[in-house]
Amino acid sequence: MELRKTLKIDNELGLHARSAAKIVALTSEYKADLFLKKEDQEVDGSSILSILTLACPKGTEVEARTVGEDSEALMEALDKLFKQKFGESR
Amino acid sequence: MTDQTSQNAAKLYGIAVSSGIIIGKAHLVDRSRVRILYQYLISDEQVKKEVERFRCALDKTKDQISTAKSRMPDHIKKHAFILDTHLMILDDTMFAEATINTILEEKINAEWALKKSIQNIGELFEQIDDPYIKERFSDVESVAERILRHLAGKNQDSLFDIDDRVIIVAHDLSPADTSALNPGKIMGFITDVGGRTSHTAIMAKSLKIPAVVALESVTLQVQEGNLLIVNGNNGEVLINPDDETINRYQEMQLQYERYESSIVRVSHLPAETTDGHRIATMANIEFLEEVVMAKDHGAEGVGLYRTEFHFLRSDTLPGEEELFEDYKQVAEIMAPEPVTIRTLDLGGDKFSGQLELSKEMNPALGLRAIRFCLKERGIFRGQLRAILRASAYGNVKILLPMISGLQEVLDTRMILDEVKEDFDGLKIPYDRNIKVGVMIEVPSAVAVADVLARHVDFFSIGTNDLIQYALAIDRINEHVAYMYQPFHPAILRMIRQVVEGAKKGGISVALCGEMAEDPLCTFSLLGLGIDELSMNSMGVPLIKKLIRSMSMAEAKADLEKIFQLDTASTVREFILKRMEPFRSDLGGKNLFRQ
Repeated sequence: MELRKTLKIDNELGLHARSAAKIVALTSEYKADLFLKKEDQEVDGSSILSILTLACPKGTEVEARTVGEDSEALMEALDKLFKQKFGESR
Repeated sequence: MTDQTSQNAAKLYGIAVSSGIIIGKAHLVDRSRVRILYQYLISDEQVKKEVERFRCALDKTKDQISTAKSRMPDHIKKHAFILDTHLMILDDTMFAEATINTILEEKINAEWALKKSIQNIGELFEQIDDPYIKERFSDVESVAERILRHLAGKNQDSLFDIDDRVIIVAHDLSPADTSALNPGKIMGFITDVGGRTSHTAIMAKSLKIPAVVALESVTLQVQEGNLLIVNGNNGEVLINPDDETINRYQEMQLQYERYESSIVRVSHLPAETTDGHRIATMANIEFLEEVVMAKDHGAEGVGLYRTEFHFLRSDTLPGEEELFEDYKQVAEIMAPEPVTIRTLDLGGDKFSGQLELSKEMNPALGLRAIRFCLKERGIFRGQLRAILRASAYGNVKILLPMISGLQEVLDTRMILDEVKEDFDGLKIPYDRNIKVGVMIEVPSAVAVADVLARHVDFFSIGTNDLIQYALAIDRINEHVAYMYQPFHPAILRMIRQVVEGAKKGGISVALCGEMAEDPLCTFSLLGLGIDELSMNSMGVPLIKKLIRSMSMAEAKADLEKIFQLDTASTVREFILKRMEPFRSDLGGKNLFRQ
C-alpha cells in the first residue's frame, strides 16, 4: 500500500534538527517506510541527515510518501505532527 | 615557559582563570585528535573482519552515548536532545550503512571509509544555505570522532569514573567532557589551551575551584599521579614540588582562604567614600550559577552579563525560550537590583562552533559583536526578544557591545522597536522603559561620546578592548603585550572624555574591564567620576573596602597630579607610592609585582 500527501511546514524554524528527529522517531514506530520529497529531491524519512539536507524553511511544502502495511496510520500520525508544528510553540 | 628547579620538578605559567590555591594529584585526560591511517584490504576475510570492527565501534559508541544520557543530572536533561540526535546519526543510513558499503566495495579500512562518508555528508551540508541546519554537520563530526577513537582502541576515559579527588590535566575541555564529570571529585583544572572565556574557565568558576589555562604543553610534562600545585590567583603550576615548597604553598593556601573570608565578611557594606560619594559595585557574570556568588560577595547587581556561553556551550544555537528562561531567572534572583545583559559579543578571540564565521585576517577588526548581530538579524532578534520578555521579571538593562558610532545604535533601536510592537500586539509583557546602553570600547565611540550620550541611557566602558584598540596592541602577542598599559595617559584621557560626554547627556557611566577590579586603578577611576564599577564578583569585597577608605576630594586631587604626568610608567610609580598605606588592605594579593 502506498500513500502520498502534501504537507506544509508551519513552525518558525522549519525542518531543523529537532523537528527532523521527531519525524525519524515517528517513522521508526511503524513498519511502513517514509519518503519525503521537495521539488524533485526525494529522501529516506528514516535518515535524519537526509531530511536535513532537504533544507526546508517555514512555509515549505513537501510530498510525503508512505509505503507498507501500516502506511495509512503513519501518514495520519505524520500529518498530525506537521499540523502541530512538531510540538513547537512557534 | 619552564623553570627547572630540581629533578622532575618544574614550574609553568599560564593564565589564571579561576582563583584559589590547591595541592593535589594529576589526572590526565586525553582529548587529542585521532590520527587516521589509510589501508587497502587484501582478502575477503579481511574485509569481513573490517566490517565487524566498524560495527563493534559503532555499538560501543552507542552504548557510550546512552550511558552519558542516563547519567545526566535532571536539570540539564533538556539538553539530552543533542545526544538523541547523535544516536540517530549513528543509525543513519548515510552514516553507518554508507560506511559499511564503502568498506565492502572499495576494500578499504574502516577509518578511511568513515572519513569518506563524512566527506560525502559534508558536501551535501555545504550546499545548504540555512546556517542552523548547516551547523548540524558538527554533530556528524563529533560522532565520527567518537567512533574513530573506538576504532583506534583508545581508552575513552570518562571523567565520571574518577575515584579520588584530582586535578584534571587536559589539552582542552569541552562542554561534553565537563557535563560528564563528577564535581565532587575535581579539585581544579589545568589545560594546554584556552582563555579567560573558555569553557574550562567558566566551569571552574561555577564549581569554585582553581583553574589555570594556556599552559601550552602541560599535558606532555605532567604524568598521571604527579603531585601538582595550582595557583589560580597568579597562573603558576608547580609539578612535583619538594617538601619545602609544599609547606610554603600550604601556608599560602591557608592565608588566602583566611583573607577571602575576612574580606567577604564586610562585603555587604556599601562602597561609599569618606566624604559620602557612593559608587555602585556590580558583578560581571557569565552564567546563572554565578548570581548567588555575586550576591554573597556584596555585588549590588549585575553590571555585565556576558551571553556568549549559551551560544558556545552546545552544538546547537540556543532558542529564544532557553535564553528567556535563563535571563528571567537571573533577573528574578537579582531583583530589584539591576541586571545588565550584554547582547552577543561573538567573534574576535571567541570561537564559535556552530556559526559559520569565515576566517579573518584581523578578527579583532572584523565581523564581531554588534556588527555580527546586525548581519545575523535572526539570531539578534531572538536574543532581544528573550531579553525584553525577561525584563518583565526584574530590573533588566540592555548593553550593546562594540558600538563604533551612532548608526549601530539607531539600527538596533529599530529592531527593538519592531519587537516591542510585536509584543504589544501579542500582549506579551515587558518593561516599557527598559534602559539601553552601549559599551565604549572602540576609540571612535570615545570621540563621539557626547553624540551617543544623547541617544542611549548609559555607557559602560570596556577597558580591555579599549586599551587594545587605542594603543593598537594585541595582548595575546607576546612581543607587544608589555605595552598593554591601563595607566597610559591616552587611556586616562579617553576615559575622562567619555565621562564628560556622559555628564553632558545626563547619563551614567559604568566601567566593566579589568581596570574595575584592579585596586591600583580604583583611586583614579573615582577621581574620573565613574558611577559604577563592574567586575568579577571575587574582586568586589576588596574594591568596596578600598572605596570606603578614601575620599573623593583626595581622589580628584590625585588625578590632577596624574594628568601632569607624561608616561604610563611615571603614572604607575605615582600610584604605587600613593597606595603604599593600603598595602595591608590588599592582604594576600601580591599587587605590587610588576
